[in-house]
Amino acid sequence: MPSFTLLGQSVVSGLLAGGLYGLLALGLSLSWGLLRLVNLGHFALAFLGAYLTYQLGTAFHLPAWAAALIIVPVFFVIGVGLHAVFAYFRVTEFTSLLVTFGITVIIESLIQWFWTADFRRFETPYASTSSRIGPLFIPTLELLAGLTATALALGTWAWLRLTYVGKALRASAEDPEIAAAFGVNHRAQAFLLSGVSAAYAGVAGVFIALISTLAPSQIWSWLGVVFAVVIIGGLANPVGALLAGLLIGVSESVTMAVVTPAWAPLVSFSVLILILVARPGRA
Amino acid sequence: MSTRPLAALLAAGLALATLPLMGLPAFYESFLYLIFSWVALATSWSLLSGYAGYFSFGHGAFFGAGMYTTATLAASAKMPFLWTLPIAGLLSALLALGIGAVVFRVRRLRGELFGLLTLAITFVLATIVLNTRIDGGPGVYLSGVPIPRFVGSPTGTVYLLGLALAVFSVAAARLVAESRLGLGLFAIHDDEDVAEVKGVPTFRYKLIAFALSAGIAGVAGGIHAVYVSYVTVGETFSITVPLYVVLMSILGGARHWLGPMVGAVIITASLYLFTGGQTAVLGRAAVALALILVILLLPEGVVPASLRGWRRLRGRSASPGSSAAMPAPPERHAGEPAGPAVEVPAGAAPRPAAAAEARVLECVDVCRAFGGIQALRGVSLTVGRGEIVGLVGPNGSGKTTLINLVSGHYASDRGRIALGEATLTGRSAHEIARLGVSRTYQIPRPFFNLSVLDNVALAATFGPARIAAAAARAEAREWLAFTGLGRRAAARPGELNLHERKFLELARALASRPRVILLDEVLSGLNPGEIASAVRLIREIRARGASILFVEHVMRAVLELSDRVVVLNEGEVIAAGDPREVLRDPQVVRVYLGTRHAA
Repeated sequence: MPSFTLLGQSVVSGLLAGGLYGLLALGLSLSWGLLRLVNLGHFALAFLGAYLTYQLGTAFHLPAWAAALIIVPVFFVIGVGLHAVFAYFRVTEFTSLLVTFGITVIIESLIQWFWTADFRRFETPYASTSSRIGPLFIPTLELLAGLTATALALGTWAWLRLTYVGKALRASAEDPEIAAAFGVNHRAQAFLLSGVSAAYAGVAGVFIALISTLAPSQIWSWLGVVFAVVIIGGLANPVGALLAGLLIGVSESVTMAVVTPAWAPLVSFSVLILILVARPGRA
Repeated sequence: MSTRPLAALLAAGLALATLPLMGLPAFYESFLYLIFSWVALATSWSLLSGYAGYFSFGHGAFFGAGMYTTATLAASAKMPFLWTLPIAGLLSALLALGIGAVVFRVRRLRGELFGLLTLAITFVLATIVLNTRIDGGPGVYLSGVPIPRFVGSPTGTVYLLGLALAVFSVAAARLVAESRLGLGLFAIHDDEDVAEVKGVPTFRYKLIAFALSAGIAGVAGGIHAVYVSYVTVGETFSITVPLYVVLMSILGGARHWLGPMVGAVIITASLYLFTGGQTAVLGRAAVALALILVILLLPEGVVPASLRGWRRLRGRSASPGSSAAMPAPPERHAGEPAGPAVEVPAGAAPRPAAAAEARVLECVDVCRAFGGIQALRGVSLTVGRGEIVGLVGPNGSGKTTLINLVSGHYASDRGRIALGEATLTGRSAHEIARLGVSRTYQIPRPFFNLSVLDNVALAATFGPARIAAAAARAEAREWLAFTGLGRRAAARPGELNLHERKFLELARALASRPRVILLDEVLSGLNPGEIASAVRLIREIRARGASILFVEHVMRAVLELSDRVVVLNEGEVIAAGDPREVLRDPQVVRVYLGTRHAA
């Protein structure tokens, strides 16, 4: 049995890793739940954001927060543009998966073209700083990612619950025709949501650049876990996505500490399978 | 259906099989092998996912299971390589049966959820393989495994095995598409609940398709293990296989037996054009872009789209007005609904309407609750042989629930439902359909991707008469003529108006040659002329020997048609008997029109 400190540390790092899962899941969950588009390209966009952060930081010595100020609005525009294509071709839930797969491959190829397939590491002075609570270490960047994810999840929740646009979006997701009959302009709001979702990918990308090592093929490695998080959290449920991210993060990290790292994927996917079979109504 | 496509397929396979004998360079052998392998994988995937619409992202799991079966048996257990292939297929099929037995019982686990579930299963399997003695981490070498030489070199053997599997899977896809199984799977794709109610054993069919699909993938994996000769978890269970098979099938057309093959050839060949170096990267991007364009512009796939284009071309050169795509018009397409031309189906001898001496359908004390709402509280009613019973009552009184219970869509909480001697309670919907109960839906629910003719033929195929496919079409044409839809046989249900869809529902219910027909508001939304012809039709149905229980709000029709009327209110029978008497009953008037109108 591992020591209490080790267990505590693994819970902490699980929570922090889970924050990043939640951050990535957030945009995916929104576009899937509210626009009925399964956007595989979300991962590719996030990594594009990460590489841009890396490029701006290494070539122009721009700090990450400044890179975020550029990347987030640009990604918002990209998201709106993508949705224009989806809307024009009336892309359905399933074809969206295929089209965004194509987009992912294109972005992956472009990344490989510009930055090669080699691993890249964005070295920053604050990369290794951490604070200490009792015996537990808390890395600053991961903490910041977790807090950002929490803030975005709560903000999105409030946006969907409390504002007209949020309510209109939820109504359209449930029944577009009835919502339209009540005067909801679904098209305009869909563009907004798609932009927001892409912007979230940009935010996640900045943190990915700061926290992890970059390689084009990494795009695919997040796919399974984050989809599990989206489903477990419930579609279009921002707080659910965050909590599911934390749950998966902690369960993976505790498995790594208690059993061995190699068994970690078994946990998240078994949780997903159990939830799907036992409560299929969730998503 | 003609056997020419199959013969052509076999001939092509034999021609390709001679290539290694003619001294094909090893490079081409291995390139063609890759195409065969993808053809087998994509085609097998479409058996469940394309035909029945259960999109699986777990094809990699079955492919991987096959790879590791062969790797373990041939490399570690020293079993002869060829022996491992059937075992690989069998194990993968068993794995699919196990998964399906759990997953297919959950009604709502369809679409993307099924896809994600199967993807998750892939990752779980990969983790298990990686962490146990099956692999353990470093991968498995098969370089020492002896490969029998059919022709010259070992690569020739791999080539021939891949070719054989590809031909087998395409042939299987064709045979399934033309069979009862295929018709059932297509119906499941469009509306699984209706398919079950029409007599398709949906659970079993899905399992069969899943096992066949996984079995082929398993054999493909087994062959691929010796092709790569070094098996690792990372490569085997990567996202490549599940995504590529989906893309290939969608690109070619997942619902057509040739579609996945065409898609596999296009994608494998175009990826091969760009190999090595930086051009490979840009090549991949170009392929992805082409893929996006094809999916956006030809969402149904290359094969169906080209076939349609080809038919349109041929149709234009042929005589105008007769589309070549359409099957021959039915003989009696202009037949009046009440026309005597149709043979009375055997086994359902016409019987004059009479007082019900023999009970055909009997419900005793049937109860059903939905959450806290008691929809039916102990309903008992009978329908006699050749009788027409009207079931009326205000909205929410439980009429449609009763129909759903009789047809087996829901299970009753208590009580007994029987058809003649057979108890229906506890049976699944397709068994009930086969015993001779058929129903219509208030809002028509045709299979939108099947032609009108096939919609009706499906009911004939899976109904109690269980007519063989060819005869079922002939039968379907008669029922279409009977309901006045003869001219619309080749149309898709989406092209029909409401009145025609309602009549399609009727034709579908009749084609199964039922003993009891449950009609759920067939008249609602029809204009007076259409109602009159529907009423004539219902009389005619009874004259052919079926008993009818019909839910209706059009009182004129209820009075005109019913031998007896049963009134439901809040889940209870409040009156039953002669239509005119019952509808004058003060209690009935009260529940329908409110207290003030009760005399």
